[in-house]
Amino acid sequence: MNLLNVDSISKTFTIHILSGKIIEGFKDVSFTVPRGTALGISGPSGSGKSSVLKCIYGSYLTTRGDIWYESPRFGRLNLTRSPLRTINQIREMEIGYITQFLKVIPRVSALDIVSAPLMEAGAFRKAARSAAGDLLEQLGIPQRLFEAYPATFSGGEQQRVNIARAIIKAPHLLILDEPTACLDADTTSVVLDILLALRKKGTTMIGIFHQPEILARFSDAIYRMKTDSDRGTIQ
Amino acid sequence: MTPVLSVRNLFRIFGTACSRCFDGNDEICGNKCPWCGAIVACKNISFDLYPEEVLGIVGESGSGKSTLLKILYFEEEPTSGEMFIHLTKRNACFPGEAFMGSVDAANVLSLNSYQKRLFRNHYMGMVYQNPFLGLRMHISAGGNIAEKLFMAGFRNIAKIRERAIYLLEKTEVPGNRLDESPASFSGGMQQRVQIAKALSNVPMLLFLDEPTTGLDLSVQARVLDLIKSLQKEMRLATIVVSHDLGIIRHLTTRTMVMKDGEIVEAGLTDQVLEDPQHPFTQLLVCSTL
Ligand SMILES: Nc1ncnc2c1ncn2[C@@H]1O[C@H](COP(=O)(O)OP(=O)(O)OP(=O)(O)O)[C@@H](O)[C@H]1O
Ligand SMILES: Nc1ncnc2c1ncn2[C@@H]1O[C@H](COP(=O)(O)OP(=O)(O)O)[C@@H](O)[C@H]1O
Ligand SMILES: [Mg+2]
Ligand SMILES: [Mg+2]
Ligand SMILES: [Zn+2]
Repeated sequence: MNLLNVDSISKTFTIHILSGKIIEGFKDVSFTVPRGTALGISGPSGSGKSSVLKCIYGSYLTTRGDIWYESPRFGRLNLTRSPLRTINQIREMEIGYITQFLKVIPRVSALDIVSAPLMEAGAFRKAARSAAGDLLEQLGIPQRLFEAYPATFSGGEQQRVNIARAIIKAPHLLILDEPTACLDADTTSVVLDILLALRKKGTTMIGIFHQPEILARFSDAIYRMKTDSDRGTIQ
Repeated sequence: MTPVLSVRNLFRIFGTACSRCFDGNDEICGNKCPWCGAIVACKNISFDLYPEEVLGIVGESGSGKSTLLKILYFEEEPTSGEMFIHLTKRNACFPGEAFMGSVDAANVLSLNSYQKRLFRNHYMGMVYQNPFLGLRMHISAGGNIAEKLFMAGFRNIAKIRERAIYLLEKTEVPGNRLDESPASFSGGMQQRVQIAKALSNVPMLLFLDEPTTGLDLSVQARVLDLIKSLQKEMRLATIVVSHDLGIIRHLTTRTMVMKDGEIVEAGLTDQVLEDPQHPFTQLLVCSTL
């Protein structure tokens, strides 16, 4: 069964401060993601990959088309038309999102950032922090950084904290926008192993990876964004 | 899920209104009615606030944000409109818990002023940008909190004092400053006392009007952290007004944008900031980048 069914979506940006200039984000994108599989998205820079993911997550409003999602809690939803409150709830409970841009929460320790989703779901502090510690360790974050503020971490360390936070609760759907962008080869490989293990446990994924060999290892199927001349295809 | 707070078609017009003030006419530019000269400070405002949710309001100076909060806090009478509050049961030993059962589902704006005051004292907290509005500067910090607790039905003096000390410590004001008046405190400490006071009655609704504007950056950060952790811990439904998009991003999940008294855009906070639709929001987001 398909967890996600993206049906002919398009996105345009109307920039009023440039007297209504219209920028095309992407046009007529369709694909499905079967439950428990990983879809990779590829395409040249500016072809709209990140924008597609943001439309699914709800950070961008979809201009045309439908995005159908099977929510364990709410059933079949059209994400482009769901109440904001529902989107918020599925973000909290079902959908994880990791971007190429780091989003560190100021003045909260690494361990607290990563354990927060478990605590919000009702876990005890001690158990949540211990699970968070295990995951950070797996990602190669040295123990001495656990209680430090990630705002002071290197790009790669911050990125791994973000990854840990997004996957600690094994989300139903995980959206990844170049999550390994600033990691070295070894760490990238560790991250990929963790993602693949997560998929085996049932998490459905959709991801953008810059390096072709990483994309190939990650993906069960690949959607190529169309450029102006050809149409998007699934392989 | 039922909203804690629902606002419908709220207007606040200063001056003598004419019928066209209510039209929502696009020709109107600014918040002054071109036909009668009245100021339409809040224009047809409708929204819902859900339990435990933090809702942000942004907008330029004079767009009606403070006026709206004052109406919600019963400090200002709206010209027209409705407001519904859905109460959930709190700890039964809370003073005044019995009193409000009947108000549910009624338009609380039509309560008499005595009922409104009771309502505010028992269920609402407000933090103002200007501590002079939220605190009485000539009575002690503890006295400020005690007064609010007293109005919320607490009568046992020892208990009131104990709770005041607890709240001040919770907001990181040293307990030994309890008997000093806030006039002698720093801006950051005054905001903390305001927060302690606003939270003393365990409100169901917390309103924050530019709670950290005017504080220097490091103090601002600590006050924000405090607000965030208390909001989470007490699971407060909160509305925060700020012109600082960083604060809005940090604290809120949903945001409304106000211009000339109207809500011109509303959405998930990340959507409003990353994919703003209204020209005014685009300008706002661009100006801070
Ligand atoms: N008591 C009053 N009498 C007349 N006009 C008023 C009164 N209070 C507010 N206004 C007007 O209503 C409009 C909204 O004011 P309000 O204080 O709500 O703005 P605000 O959005 O909070 O602005 P700021 O960001 O500067 O605090 C303004 O045009 C203001 O001049
Ligand atoms: N918030 C935005 N406002 C205006 N234009 C945008 C915005 N986000 C993306 N775009 C435009 O949409 C197109 C696709 O961008 P993006 O999705 O980031 O591409 P990719 O991830 O494939 O590199 C680009 O032309 C980009 O400039
Ligand atoms: Mg991109
Ligand atoms: Mg104001
Ligand atoms: Zn008028």
